[in-house]
Amino acid sequence: MLATLNAPISENSLQVVYEYPESLSPVVTHYCPGCTHGIAHRLLAEALDELGLREKTILVAPVGCSVFAYQYFETDGCEAAHGRAPAMATGLKRVQPDKIVVTYQGDGDLVSIGAAEILHAAARGENITTIFVNNAIYGMTGGQMAPTTLPGQKTTSSPFGRNTTMTGSPIRMSELLANLDGPAYIVRRSLHDVKNIRKAKKAIITALKVQMAGLGFSMVELLSSCPTNWGIQPEKALEWIEDNMVPYFPLGDYKVRDEVNGL
Amino acid sequence: MAKGTVVINQDRCKGCGLCPTVCPQNVIFMADDVLNAKGYHPATLVDLDEQCTGCAICAVICPDVCITVYRETPAKKHAPVLA
Repeated sequence: MLATLNAPISENSLQVVYEYPESLSPVVTHYCPGCTHGIAHRLLAEALDELGLREKTILVAPVGCSVFAYQYFETDGCEAAHGRAPAMATGLKRVQPDKIVVTYQGDGDLVSIGAAEILHAAARGENITTIFVNNAIYGMTGGQMAPTTLPGQKTTSSPFGRNTTMTGSPIRMSELLANLDGPAYIVRRSLHDVKNIRKAKKAIITALKVQMAGLGFSMVELLSSCPTNWGIQPEKALEWIEDNMVPYFPLGDYKVRDEVNGL
Repeated sequence: MAKGTVVINQDRCKGCGLCPTVCPQNVIFMADDVLNAKGYHPATLVDLDEQCTGCAICAVICPDVCITVYRETPAKKHAPVLA
């Protein structure tokens, strides 16, 4: 498959300006067409490539759509129980402090069942990096309401739209964790257009640098789409992020310690 | 303007249709008459007038990393274009 990617081009003057990242396995992912998990995977792989971290990274995969994430990266990886990726990452990092430990979690995993684990890992200031993919729905299990589902949003378990009097309001996790003293770097980015994807990549690189410098917990929240379970086309799903999710989950830097700016 | 081209790995493509929406030169289309092994209509480059500049915007949006981008005069040699 990679042979096809790197097929020689007849004109010698052409140079490669973009090719498949080394840290990404040459397999086809199981994600639905247009799912931004693929973009998030690619950004993380490119960040690992640019910082030269591939050989010393341990990726902790979650439960959710990204449950097979350890197969998609050419790094070491392990699978955590649902929501427990930060707990497993804590152990890995404490035993092997020279490794780069990254957890990749969705919103059902991180905000719902794993809320306690991420809160306490952040409060302890564990020196790990979390990539938090927020698509406002449970993807793998068939589109049920998640803690991040927007008010009025239709899901299979809220067919008339999320009723906030009965189910409460969506949790803004970045703001919540930014109140703690432990985290060094907490930002929210979006994957809905090229400009924001580039910003997201810069944030992931900074988050990894925070871990390399040993400054403490770092997390990048990525607003993501789920065209299948939202029931809309991939292109419209990206517009839906911009129109509906970004107003509720404002993009920005929620916690950036002074030391981080010097990195 | 710099000349470039893209090579789309049509076996990987899932036909999500995001790359044609972002292409500034409108040279990427979904191949409605082609099916790949997975049964999707893959994206394809139709660039008869050599309008592709190798800007790599399609590669930035592609969720399945199907696109390799080539350019005649890259801004910085070997520098990662997405940084």
